[in-house]
This record gives sequence, C-alpha cells and structure tokens, in this order.
Amino acid sequence: MSEVVKKFMYLNRKAPYGTIYAWEALEVVLIGAAFDQDVSVVFIDDGVYQLTKGQDTKGIGMKNFSPTYRTLGDYEVKKIYVDRASLEARGLSQDDLVEVAWEDFETEEEIDNIVEVIDSARVSELMNESDVIFSF
Amino acid sequence: MSILHTVNKSPFERNALDSCLKFATDGSALLLFEDGIYAALKGTSVESPMSDAVGRLKVYVLGPDLKARGFAEDRIVEGISVVDYAGFVDLAAESDKVQAWL
Amino acid sequence: MSDTIEVDGKQLAVDEEGYLANLNDWVPGVANVMAEQDNLELTDEHWDIINFLREYYEEYQIAPAVRVLTKAVGKKLGKEKGNSKYLYSLFPYGPAKQACRFAGLPKPTGCV
Repeated sequence: MSEVVKKFMYLNRKAPYGTIYAWEALEVVLIGAAFDQDVSVVFIDDGVYQLTKGQDTKGIGMKNFSPTYRTLGDYEVKKIYVDRASLEARGLSQDDLVEVAWEDFETEEEIDNIVEVIDSARVSELMNESDVIFSF
Repeated sequence: MSILHTVNKSPFERNALDSCLKFATDGSALLLFEDGIYAALKGTSVESPMSDAVGRLKVYVLGPDLKARGFAEDRIVEGISVVDYAGFVDLAAESDKVQAWL
Repeated sequence: MSDTIEVDGKQLAVDEEGYLANLNDWVPGVANVMAEQDNLELTDEHWDIINFLREYYEEYQIAPAVRVLTKAVGKKLGKEKGNSKYLYSLFPYGPAKQACRFAGLPKPTGCV
C-alpha cells in the first residue's frame, strides 16, 4: 500500500438510470476505498439527481442503487459535495437529497450527514486542490 | 396528422427538448420518459418553456420513470398528465406517427 | 451450460464461482448445502454473520467489502467479533467471499 495519501475526487455529472455512468462511478468509489486515499465525491449538473430521496425502480425493472450511497461513509468517503447552482436550476434543495452518515470506529467520532451543499466557486477550488479527478 | 413526440434525454444535458418544442405544432402530444422526465418537474430552469408547452400541446410523463428517480406526482408542472406503460402504448397507437427526439 | 445446487429438492442456478445466480432463490438451506460442500458445519456464530450480511444487503443493496464487514460486525455484534481473525476462523475461505456466497449475495464489490 502506498504511503503517500493523495486527494482523489470523483466528479459525477450524469443522472442515474438513463445511462450507466452513475452506477459505474459508484462501483469505482467503492473499489477505490481499498487504496486508503483522501476521497471526496462531488455531484454537479445532472449528477445531483443521483442523490434524490425516495427512488423506487420496481416499475422500470432496474436495480435501485440509491440506498448504496448511504454506505459511502463506511467506505472511507468523508466528504460528499453537491453544487448548489446545479440543485437550484433543477428546483431541488438539500431536503430532496439522501443523508449519508459517517463514523470513525476507533475514535467513535460521528457525523450525521456528510452531504454538503456548496457554491460553484468552492467546487472549482476543490478541483484545483485535488491530485486526481475521476470524471463520470 | 397527429404526431406523438417523445423525449427521453435530460433537458439540462441535451437540446432534444428544445428542438422538440420548437418543431412540435399545436395540438400534438409530447411524452417525457427516462431522463426526459426531469423536464416535467416544478421549479426548474425549464419550467417556463414547459408551462408554455402545456398550453398548446398535450404533455404526458411516464410514471414509472418519475418514481424510479424519486419524484412523486405532486412535483410535476400543472397540466402534465402521468401515464403508465399501457398509456404510452395507447398514445402511440392513437397517433399517426411517433417522432422520437433522441 | 450452467451449474446448479440442489436445495430442499429444488435445483438452483449458481454462477461459475458458486454464487447463487438469483438472489430471490435463497433459503436457509442454501447456506447449509454450500457449507457442506466446503466441509464446514454452520454454528450460531456463522448464522449471525450470514444474517448480518443479508440485512446489510437488504439495506444498502451491496455486499460489503471485507474491511467494511469487519467494522460493521464489530459495531453490531460486539468489538471482540469485529476483527478479521474472528471472521476468518468462521469462514476460512474469506469472510466476505465465503459468507456472502452462503448468504446468497453476489461477490462483494472490490473483491477479486
């Protein structure tokens, strides 16, 4: 295992179900957790639709992977960011989004919800600060 | 000649909806499905063209796709009707042709 | 040609690695038959983990990676059980892989 911790950003721009990008990205994040890096997952543009609450795919015969986002905290993802402007353009607010809890099992530090709505300028900053950006 | 127009792409990612609204003539039908359902939601940046469209087209949205993406029927723009798959088939059968804006 | 296992008189399809092809086919007998094939006798401790995995899948729609399983088991079933030594003592072929197979889940994401 590499001792150098890098900042990994997973950038999501696609709505779920219409294309395979959202699910593929989620799988890569889960697999990538094994690398022990400093991971943030960012949702902009139509990517914000991935986090909507109450998804129910029974009627379209596809796997509902919405509940899987709630496990990201268990997979060493400590920060999930959502672009405010993207939400607003779509008539959405943080209330429409799932909550993701995070807990450090050693220190027992807990965060109820690591989903944070931020301004676009902050998204740009985070992109600049990242060592690697994985774009989906 | 009645046309059923269908849009299955997000209005925020592609211009399929724009083109459809530009070319669809009064009285024709528009069905939003798959990622196209996002255009049916209230409070979006395309709500204004959608409200205009409701005034001159018969606009429908596919219920199962709405539900899959986490939205209840109370989130859609006034005047848009929710249909199921059977309703989709009926619309296609009633129309002389179907124009799919891919 | 697909493989099957016989459980309660029924043939259930499994993939080339022995995982149940259809999640909904699972009955407790599946775990017993698979354990027998692996020369393992299932105890209550095994069932705690199998049931835990099924609940985890039900809630999150994925089978947890082994490190996540370890942490989550520690939280749910007690710290003394939340380590890979304990889990390997129960499931010698790997807690995530073997226990997930017994539980009828797909192979955990991130396992090779």
